Amino acid sequence: MNDPAGLPGPNSPIDYHAPTAWLLGTGEDADVVMSSRARLARNIAGFPFVNSASRDDRRHALAVSRQRIMDARLTKKLAWIELHETNHAVRTLLVERHLISRQHAKGKLNRTTGGVDEPRAVAVGTPDEALSIMVNEEDHLRIQLIGSGLCLNDLLRRIDDVDDRIEAGIDYAFSPRFGYLTACPTNVGTGIRFGVMLHLPALKLTGDIEKVKRAAGGMSLAVRGFYGEGSDASADLYQISNQTTLGKSEAAILRELTGEVLPAVIGYERSARQKLLEHRSEVIEDKVHRAIGVLTHARLLSTEEAMDHLSMIRLGIVAGLMPELEQQPINHLLLMVQPGHLQMLCGRVLSQGERRIERAKLVRERLAGVAGS
Amino acid sequence: MLCECGLREATIHEVTITNGVRVERHLCEQCAQKLGLPLHQQAPVSEILAKFVSKQGAQSVVGPRKPTAAQCPQCGLTFAAFKGTELLGCPTCYEAFEVPLSPLLERTHEGGTHHVGKVPKRALEASRLRGPEAMEKLLGGLAERQARIGSLRKQMEDAVKGEQYERAAQIRDEIRRVSSIAPSEPRAEREPPPENPEPGGPNPHSQEPPRS
Ligand SMILES: [Zn+2]
Ligand SMILES: [Zn+2]
Repeated sequence: MNDPAGLPGPNSPIDYHAPTAWLLGTGEDADVVMSSRARLARNIAGFPFVNSASRDDRRHALAVSRQRIMDARLTKKLAWIELHETNHAVRTLLVERHLISRQHAKGKLNRTTGGVDEPRAVAVGTPDEALSIMVNEEDHLRIQLIGSGLCLNDLLRRIDDVDDRIEAGIDYAFSPRFGYLTACPTNVGTGIRFGVMLHLPALKLTGDIEKVKRAAGGMSLAVRGFYGEGSDASADLYQISNQTTLGKSEAAILRELTGEVLPAVIGYERSARQKLLEHRSEVIEDKVHRAIGVLTHARLLSTEEAMDHLSMIRLGIVAGLMPELEQQPINHLLLMVQPGHLQMLCGRVLSQGERRIERAKLVRERLAGVAGS
Repeated sequence: MLCECGLREATIHEVTITNGVRVERHLCEQCAQKLGLPLHQQAPVSEILAKFVSKQGAQSVVGPRKPTAAQCPQCGLTFAAFKGTELLGCPTCYEAFEVPLSPLLERTHEGGTHHVGKVPKRALEASRLRGPEAMEKLLGGLAERQARIGSLRKQMEDAVKGEQYERAAQIRDEIRRVSSIAPSEPRAEREPPPENPEPGGPNPHSQEPPRS
């Protein structure tokens, strides 16, 4: 960690060069569903919530959580990263890998409280990075499991087990009426949030994406971009998640998502792809091959442009237009073109202008072998 | 495009999916309002909160309601401060502000008023051993449990009214699960006992084989 750029050294517990579990391109409905996620919000009884806790309280809650998480035998290997001791570069990598929230990277709970040196941490199950537990974010514990493709049922089963193992050694803040007590009342009750990241390029092309957003809005679901709340969708990736947590069991919340909404949206996207391929195949083929053309020849690439073209290539792959390409390396590139990962690969801090040059170079090199034509 | 009424331009385009059947409707604002369709996406919490807080203020002018703590006795948070950050200060805040929080929660969680679902596993097992008082502390008294079951019943009736029979059946299972968590079947409870009581304690998921 003595690198002047603050980049993770060779002894880093996380291999930032490797793809994470949610980028594998495997699993059910992987032609549309990029990844699934389950998250639990939990607080430790007897402590104030993080936003009103003193620094000593936070330190104490962090120590209790660390002990418990390390003792709970959650995964074979677990990396514990104290974020107040890391630098900006490492925190950016963790955000881009969906292991911590932007808020947790900043350490700020709202405009007035907190800061980068607030005691807080993340535990990450390695090497797959499927499990991550943010400590002292908005709640004492934010337990997250991510998997490739549509796998919410499996995630619920597994996160339930992780939750039990942690609770075996600490008391959670729980009330008979309100369930698991959380700092923000929008998470109270089960404290669970399910989310899926969907690749919807055809709905975007046909303009029907707005209908999906509207339909989802009417069903207490939120549609958000690639990097969560407040971010625009790039690479035609959209997240859909439940918005209510009180008054329904975990299984009922999951059923609402997987029983009606998701199959419908997946079905829309598939039929939009089918229609486009049947009636406007030259348009799709043109877009896909243009994307290959740009990415294999461009000298300057912004993150958004790279992601949008990678999205088209991904569509070409799952639609069977590019038999020579596989999904996973393209998914992996979606991560590697992000500013933090790009700087890590280059081994130094880059200005925005330099990033565009290096990004174009990286994408050219990675695609050269596979998309020569 | 014209609205279904044929009078005005359609500005609301609604797609609903029921059991895989997609229904598209194109309506003007007047017709949409008549049909009770949401004109906008779900309002953010801050908006709901703002509306709610101003309404509370108006009510207090009319007359005193059930007394509410001005401050959480544990962490000292005031409800006004909560309004600013949208974050509560400690677990006790939920008790202290139960009255003003309840309508807010109901709106945020689309009618959800009482927790249904998982109960901390070890805490549940431990209070089983410690006896009825410990169980009541964790799961609530008779009134609490009945309120929970009552809220589920209402959901079930709504589902039946909406001819969503599969959903109604699922909620009925939910009611059975909630009843089975209770330390002893409340006498006033007319719900049939669960068919498969869990030997090791009610894990809400364990009776639910994962569906693909
Ligand atoms: Zn009309
Ligand atoms: Zn409090």
